[in-house]
Amino acid sequence: MSNIKYILGHFADPDDLMHGIDKLQEGNVKIYDVYTPMPIHGIEDKLGIKRSRLGKVAFCFGLTGTITAITMIWYMLVYDWPMNIGGKPHFAFPDFVPIMFELTVLFCAFGMVGTYFFVNHLAPGRAPRVMDLRATNDRFVVAIDAKENPYHDKIDNILKEAGAVEVKHNERKYVSYE
Amino acid sequence: MSSHHESILREPLVTGENITYSKVTEDILVPVENKPNKAWWIGFTVSAIGAALWVFAVSWTFWFGIGEWGLNKTVGWAWDITGFVWWVGIGHAGTLISAVLLLFRQNWRNSINRSAEAMTIFAVICAATYIISHMGRPWMFYWALPLPNQFGSLWVNFNSPLVWDVFAISTYFSVSLVFWYTGLLPDIATIRDRATGLRRRIYSILSFGWNGSVKTWQRFELVSLILAGVSTPLVLSVHTIVSMDFATSLVPGWHTTIFPPYFVAGAIFSGFAMVQTLLLVARKVMNFENYITMFHIESMNKIIILTGSIVGVAYLTELFIAWYSGVEYEQFAFLNRVSGPYWWAYWSMMTCNVFTPQIFWFKKVRTSIAWSWILSIIVNIGMWFERFVIIVTSLHRDYLPSSWVMFYPSWVDVCVFVGSIGLFFTLFLLFLRVLPAIAMAEVKLLLKSSSDQAKQKLIREGVVDPGQAAYYQESLEKYDSVSPRVAEYEKA
Repeated sequence: MSNIKYILGHFADPDDLMHGIDKLQEGNVKIYDVYTPMPIHGIEDKLGIKRSRLGKVAFCFGLTGTITAITMIWYMLVYDWPMNIGGKPHFAFPDFVPIMFELTVLFCAFGMVGTYFFVNHLAPGRAPRVMDLRATNDRFVVAIDAKENPYHDKIDNILKEAGAVEVKHNERKYVSYE
Repeated sequence: MSSHHESILREPLVTGENITYSKVTEDILVPVENKPNKAWWIGFTVSAIGAALWVFAVSWTFWFGIGEWGLNKTVGWAWDITGFVWWVGIGHAGTLISAVLLLFRQNWRNSINRSAEAMTIFAVICAATYIISHMGRPWMFYWALPLPNQFGSLWVNFNSPLVWDVFAISTYFSVSLVFWYTGLLPDIATIRDRATGLRRRIYSILSFGWNGSVKTWQRFELVSLILAGVSTPLVLSVHTIVSMDFATSLVPGWHTTIFPPYFVAGAIFSGFAMVQTLLLVARKVMNFENYITMFHIESMNKIIILTGSIVGVAYLTELFIAWYSGVEYEQFAFLNRVSGPYWWAYWSMMTCNVFTPQIFWFKKVRTSIAWSWILSIIVNIGMWFERFVIIVTSLHRDYLPSSWVMFYPSWVDVCVFVGSIGLFFTLFLLFLRVLPAIAMAEVKLLLKSSSDQAKQKLIREGVVDPGQAAYYQESLEKYDSVSPRVAEYEKA
């Protein structure tokens, strides 16, 4: 066998890409990943990708923010140093709502985005794991692991018949950034 | 997604012929990948001088204290808080476009959200500098944070709207920044993959290693949606809390329950005007006419007339409630606003915010670039006067007639204000130079469903109602001044 690691099918149009994925799946070819310059709606179902759980993460972080805010304000204004402001109750709950809300949003946004960066390995300075440079511009790229899927000619034909404008055989997984 | 076609009656969101995915990238990255043109340099030089003036005036304030401003014993807040509220208000349109219009699935937001969000961030920076410099001793700014006092264990007072404001503005700024930057990642990756050498290295660091895989995009879309969901109440809360700085006081003219909705509407109003001011110039100078079309301009004008009218109703309601309350101090405050020594400020506000935007009811005006730009400037002026009227006219004649005074700005006041505009434009022009001003990935999404060429294809295929198709062509020819097809039509 050759040194080919990945077969990349380039599509110029998202509809052709979806068609190509269908054809590959009909031919029992396992798809490694798909790289696109924009989100493709409905591709997750096709590739059997589960719903993201980030919504739940966001909720939990938001709730943490709410609890942090109310605990902090209660500790500072009610427990640690209660102030007599015109004889009004120390635990003036309506006054605490704005900050509880702000901290809910703050924790939710930062927690969720932080989790997103963490699970997707996004970080400043991280070397981009890019298989083809045009995948962020105008090409919709299907990547197929060449080691897992034999009969490369067959895969090439499926891709071309489905409307791929270019089929590449990459010997390296990622484009090297010197 | 391709199975979804928009009604032919909707105006196209991308005009021009032969727009492909790579053409979108090419067109939008022209200012980023090339040396700036003359217009940019002129604008940048003027703005940078303004920013330098700002540095000087703010340093002057820090050194000599706020006694250098025109404030006096009666008028303790004037141009500083006017400037602060004005800038925060301007910032609101960015979040409105990126968050609220996303929730409402308004696709026309896709090509204006990026620059509007950038505008939000720069406007909030300008607002924050006012807050810091009006403290008098800015190095003590951390006293507003919930830290224990060194001299005992006294905490900040969480019953105070000024403390709420600290939390609101800082949350608003940081969440807007995160929202903006997350949205930028795919576009930065596009620049990275087209660049070479040092540029590639820099954009590679900035891109966080984005690769556009399925899972990245899936989570990206969810993150955007949830951020929009939390930013929507956030943006409403921020200006609500800004208004509470006034509304929870006992000063006649400030102590009104209408303030939160009135401030929020005013904020959106002024923000859209500023977006209009910036984008009408940017689209021309940077040749973005195909992406920021007449439909975008008209949609923003519609929001301007809506929010302007809400603000108008709020002004009248304030007057009515002052009369209806039967409180003589309240009545005096408003009578003084309308006909006192600051009558000219009040009527400037009324004219600029309520009367002139009404001419946007005419479609001819709404779809005229010159008119849109002039009116956007007028609205910006009017909204500055609104804050000036609220703040200064409520303060300058207090309960004790012997302390009644007028407010006269000092040269430092003027320089801080003019300088903050310079700072804002400097930051905005730098942004146009280094980052894509239009969200490329999001515009690419619209190409197959909402672009003119997709609609023309449908018409050619004959799958749409001929009457509707004729209406579509006619309105495009009549109102969209930039489509080359229209230019050809005019020639013929």
